[in-house]
Amino acid sequence: MKEWPVWEVFVRPRNGLDHRHVGSLHAPDAEMALELARDLYCRRGEGSSIWVVPAEAITASRPEERESFFEPLEKEYRHAQHYEIPPEVKGM
Amino acid sequence: MTATNGQLFEYLLRLGDDALILGQRLCELLGRAPEIEEEMALANIALDCIGQARLFLSYAGEVEGAGRDEDALAFRRDVLDFRNLLLVELPNGDFAHTIGRLFLVSSFKEQLYSGLCGSRDARLAAIAEKALKEVRYHVRHSGEWVIRLGDGTEESHRRMQQAIDLLWPYTGELYTPDALDRAMAEAGIAPDLERIGPTWLERVEAVLREATLERPQDGWMQAGGKDGRMHTEYLGHILCEMQFLQRAYPDAVAW
Amino acid sequence: MYSQGLDVGGRIESRKPQTAAEAAQEELFRRKIEAEIKIEPTDWMPEGYRRTLIRQISQHAHSEVVGMLPEGNWVTRAPTLRRKAILLAKIQDEAGHGLYLYSACETLGVDRAELIAQLLAGKAKYSSIFNYPTLTWADIGMIGWLVDGAAIMNQVALQRCSYGPYARAMVRICREESFHQRQGYEIVMTLCRGTAQQRRMCQDALNRWWWPALMMFGPPDKDSVHTPQSTEWKIKRFTNDELRQKFVDATVPQAQYLGLEIPDPKLRWNPERGHYDFGDPPWDEFWRVIRGEGPCNRQRLEQRRRAFEEGAWVREAALAFAEKRRARRRAA
Repeated sequence: MKEWPVWEVFVRPRNGLDHRHVGSLHAPDAEMALELARDLYCRRGEGSSIWVVPAEAITASRPEERESFFEPLEKEYRHAQHYEIPPEVKGM
Repeated sequence: MTATNGQLFEYLLRLGDDALILGQRLCELLGRAPEIEEEMALANIALDCIGQARLFLSYAGEVEGAGRDEDALAFRRDVLDFRNLLLVELPNGDFAHTIGRLFLVSSFKEQLYSGLCGSRDARLAAIAEKALKEVRYHVRHSGEWVIRLGDGTEESHRRMQQAIDLLWPYTGELYTPDALDRAMAEAGIAPDLERIGPTWLERVEAVLREATLERPQDGWMQAGGKDGRMHTEYLGHILCEMQFLQRAYPDAVAW
Repeated sequence: MYSQGLDVGGRIESRKPQTAAEAAQEELFRRKIEAEIKIEPTDWMPEGYRRTLIRQISQHAHSEVVGMLPEGNWVTRAPTLRRKAILLAKIQDEAGHGLYLYSACETLGVDRAELIAQLLAGKAKYSSIFNYPTLTWADIGMIGWLVDGAAIMNQVALQRCSYGPYARAMVRICREESFHQRQGYEIVMTLCRGTAQQRRMCQDALNRWWWPALMMFGPPDKDSVHTPQSTEWKIKRFTNDELRQKFVDATVPQAQYLGLEIPDPKLRWNPERGHYDFGDPPWDEFWRVIRGEGPCNRQRLEQRRRAFEEGAWVREAALAFAEKRRARRRAA
């Protein structure tokens, strides 16, 4: 027999913060997934917004591609420490 | 027109006992639900019900002024002194019956609590406001299940229809006012059941339609719960289980 | 924690790497473990590591879900409304914890349905403690105080487990568990300060739960097959005996404070060691219970099995409806 599909759950704990992945659950449809996500991940009042996404809808980067996928992004001139500003100069 | 303390006490018992007995029935479902996720949801609803029972019964004890607290009322009254609706004391049955009963009761309570938010009794209004938020979720959860089961498979449709048919004769008691209901409405403490009833019925009929279920014909409606005239045989067994410890250890002061 | 005591049965072998590429992966994996870098779901991992985690996490999940039953047995009979509410909240937490753990286990490529099927067929293990019956209200206090107390000892360490999803689930679980032990101790304390009958109920419960609680930490280190590998992979952070000792040292003073007698004639403070000496748990009973012959093994599984079977039509209906709704939305 078919099982209830898996949904990934993202919760924004309160306004001002991003949605964070908190885990997954099984539910037959989106409405129940939302309700269950609330019961499962927000029992102690930590949640102002919930997203549920069918697990199959998520496209993930592949671990073998990690080197070519992520490393080229690292350019040291994107980091503040790369730049030497004299200590006498304030406010930077 | 003001209500007497005696009347307010009786009325609060009705609200408290409904929440208590429904909560107790839901507690029986732990370890028996069709899926662990549903167990969580039902436990959550049971917890809400017990919380509401505590608020209503504590207030009732204060109004009575005889030194009875929420536990004295919950654990030391016998069947003849309980004021819950018959609908909440019926057994859980299968999942269709469980969720059908939850839907009928909570959708009615949604209307009732909504009306109670405007009560002249400030404390009652405050309790109702909190309870209303909880009950909205109960309605949503149970209503969606009624639809899923009604419009699911042939077997679930059959079971859901059967459940609604069996429960229907107990719904009249929800919205048919008696002398106490009328007194509370006149005193501005409770809403007029004659206005809430039709709204409730409309909402229920809409859900039944979406669930492809037939709305049962209105036949003889059972009553005798909220006025305590005649409960079902089920209530005695519920109390027996619930009250056991306090009855077995009458000298115990604290638990 | 509910998995601590469960390294019984077959050893999970770690194969030697077959190819140079695999050897390189294994080296990288080993360095991550050493550097306390978490292993995430799609990272390469030795097959033995994956299977050990599946075993441990699923056993932990099963324990939470079966663990709801001994407490569920008393929720309709809780002696006050406050106690009823607290117990409901605790049981609800346990359902939630089971779900977090199944969810973490599924990231390792296994289906929850498969895991549940194994549990219901009696092929999967769960913590032995839940095969004991809850006979009086005091038992509920013991479960919170002793069983959750034991769980917390191991769980804190598991928050630093090498596998990311499991570690994160444990962080969440530890945060939520803070009231579980305290409410249990509060029940016990209230009973001990109550009537003579209540005190007697309490001592009786302690007599029945003390040894099973000690056995939760699993067999003695010398009889525990999985410990060395699990420790190397940072799945297991303390040995069975270490945790058992810690538990005894912490719990004995708590019992003494209440005037309760621990049912161990060999229990005594050892000033040279700086720890309590205590007697051997009845290990033959432990092995019997693990094998399925404990007081409640059959009833626990029977209850879960019945709920599962009786719920089949409900789960099916939900899926059928979801399919109909999808088809309608597509057609619209």
